Amino acid sequence: MSTEIHSPSTMLNSNGPLAAVNPLAKFVAAAVIGVVLLLSLDWVSALIALGLELLLLPFVGVAPRKLWRMLAPIIIAAPFAGLSTLLFGRAGGDLLWQAGPWHITTASVSLAIAITLRVLAIGLPGIVLFATTDPTDLADALAQLWRLPSRFVIGALAAVRMVSLMAEDWRMLSLARRARGVGDGQGPLAAFTRLFSQGFALLVLSVRRGSVLATAMEARAFGSDIPRTWARTSVFTSRDAAFVGAGVLLAGLALATSLLSGAWNFVVS
Amino acid sequence: MTPNTASTAGAHVSARGWSWRYGSRARPTFTHLDLEILPGERVLLLGASGSGKSTLAAGLAGVLGEDEGHERGQLLLDGVSSRAARGRVGLVLQDPENQVILHRIGDDVAFGCENLGIPQAEIWPRVRHALAAVGLNLPLDRSTSQLSGGQKQRLALAGVLAMRPGLIVLDEPTANLDPAGVHEIRAAVEAVARDTDATLVIVEHRVDVWWDLVTRVIVLDSDGTVLRDGSPAEVLEGARDRLTDAGIWLPEPSALNLIVTTIASRPPPPFDSPLLQTTMLAVGHSATAQAAASDLSLAVQPAQVHAIVGPNGAGKSTLALTLAGLLAPLAGSVTAADRLAAGTRHPEPLRWRSRELLTRIGMVFQSPEHQFLTGTVRDELLVGPRALNRRATSQIQDAHHRRADELLERLHLSHLSGAHPFTLSGGEKRRLSVATALATAPRVLILDEPTFGQDARTWAELVALFAELRSEGHALVTVTHDERLVAALADVTTSLGRDRGLPRAEEVL
Repeated sequence: MSTEIHSPSTMLNSNGPLAAVNPLAKFVAAAVIGVVLLLSLDWVSALIALGLELLLLPFVGVAPRKLWRMLAPIIIAAPFAGLSTLLFGRAGGDLLWQAGPWHITTASVSLAIAITLRVLAIGLPGIVLFATTDPTDLADALAQLWRLPSRFVIGALAAVRMVSLMAEDWRMLSLARRARGVGDGQGPLAAFTRLFSQGFALLVLSVRRGSVLATAMEARAFGSDIPRTWARTSVFTSRDAAFVGAGVLLAGLALATSLLSGAWNFVVS
Repeated sequence: MTPNTASTAGAHVSARGWSWRYGSRARPTFTHLDLEILPGERVLLLGASGSGKSTLAAGLAGVLGEDEGHERGQLLLDGVSSRAARGRVGLVLQDPENQVILHRIGDDVAFGCENLGIPQAEIWPRVRHALAAVGLNLPLDRSTSQLSGGQKQRLALAGVLAMRPGLIVLDEPTANLDPAGVHEIRAAVEAVARDTDATLVIVEHRVDVWWDLVTRVIVLDSDGTVLRDGSPAEVLEGARDRLTDAGIWLPEPSALNLIVTTIASRPPPPFDSPLLQTTMLAVGHSATAQAAASDLSLAVQPAQVHAIVGPNGAGKSTLALTLAGLLAPLAGSVTAADRLAAGTRHPEPLRWRSRELLTRIGMVFQSPEHQFLTGTVRDELLVGPRALNRRATSQIQDAHHRRADELLERLHLSHLSGAHPFTLSGGEKRRLSVATALATAPRVLILDEPTFGQDARTWAELVALFAELRSEGHALVTVTHDERLVAALADVTTSLGRDRGLPRAEEVL
């Protein structure tokens, strides 16, 4: 019998290559890309990073439709971030258009493009890497490799499972309020009052669920003084190191191109 | 698998002058309890609703927090305080949903072993053995959220077994399950009893499920003292009446059968046109747009009880919510008769205002906690009447209070009128949620598992109350797993099939 369980991600039910990469390798790679891109506000580095990420996207092993569902929020949000920069960004260069408080200049155009690309270039790897990570694997890695306190990590892991129950609770609370005759009332004040009291009810319910779960965990010796063992060993292999290396390389290429082209502008200066 | 066979010896349990009072209660739950349970005994722990069965179970499992109440005396496991005996005792709770700990089946079963510091090489054989023992033959990486209620309970039992405990405590393990789930868990416990020498303590209302399996029955009185103690046959002998009075469900409850046959043998009601009607109705969550049940054409008649039965996941609760004008149908319609819809702007209950529902269609939710809005039991009963009559004169308010008192009396909740609804026992919460719906006297009453968690006495009183409502001309629709309730009251029974959207996990294999 093998003692090591290599677990496919149950959230995605996919055996894509990313599911086997250690969660911490994914975390470090995404963090390196994110930090480097946050240091400058030019569009060259963001464009290079995004271009490379898009080239890699077909190889992550997630079906295109699923990928689209995962990424839709950021694809929709990024242009809005750009748009607000375009309209309200610091003026500079030639004035292109003006109406009331809004003004568009050549500087704000290039900044808007840089922001849009940047949000995408930072968000895309973050979302893809996080979505292909099983929470249990992440908890194992955090507790075993980074030695975070197991009580904290496992408590958080168990709490994640409760989130889906909270959505259902919220729905039932809304229906129950209507059934009890207190679901009427229009206008923002009534809506706000309802939202507040229902939110409080949800909180109470969640605490109760949580305490039952805590009892169940305690009954299985969670929180005892016995040193804990791990059913799954989280290992950081050379492949994981290579994965981090690839992330560093991607960030480095973006940085170098930007520096060489002279577009790099350090945000803290 | 020989080396993996659980070989732990059963634990010796003893209560020595054990007293316990919850911090929030004036009366102690137990006063000077003395009890000895020998290794390997299989004990059924019975008692009326609120007699402290679950408290004793939690105490034995060592999860009764020292800060939750005042304790005297000792609860010992092989001579050691139960709190210090982590891993020697395993506990299965009644709610399948809230005791699943991790995301994957294998990890969940392994959880206890990890906490006990079992070496990894030994954990996985234990996990496989435990899952086999409870008959849960599924891949270890299967998601726990896909399991049915019965499977979740067996998973919890497997998680306990993997720890190789000397004592296994089951606190109403079948309470939330459909008959198929009850059968599953009973078979699993039987296999475990055969397989290990562990001492077994089962707290239950459903006596008949366990009667043949246990070697000893302990009956608690409502004040926490031991009423009867002995082999199943001894406990029954000459004490039937006394046990029935205490609200204990007996294997063949003669008094109950009398109620059931008296109520059930009434003449068929005169035909009347329905109050609510559905045509080609499909119900389900709008988010997934997947029908839980479809092509339903039902007629809800006044002065009749309409039972909706079927396995977990067949869409019974969704149907109830749709009938109650709370959920939009996925297809087809729910239409109210003119005499029910009079005063509203639309024949479909879904379009009614929240207040307009109160006197027309009442709904008792599956989980009472979702329905409670106030801080005391009594206020809970005034919510509906107040919403109906927001500028009520003091005279009308007095009437509301009288009605509330009447309902509290009727449902044995008077002594709890000042208590917070959340602090009630499972059975009491259920009765309170029924009372809140009755407070505005709706002509159609829709009940989702109304008899859940009742002892024999409160069950009989609920059934008598429903019968009375029926004879007053109310229409009752009840979703239920309770075969006795169907036998006693149902004039019409609709049986929903299995959910086609999500087959049970085992069938996928």
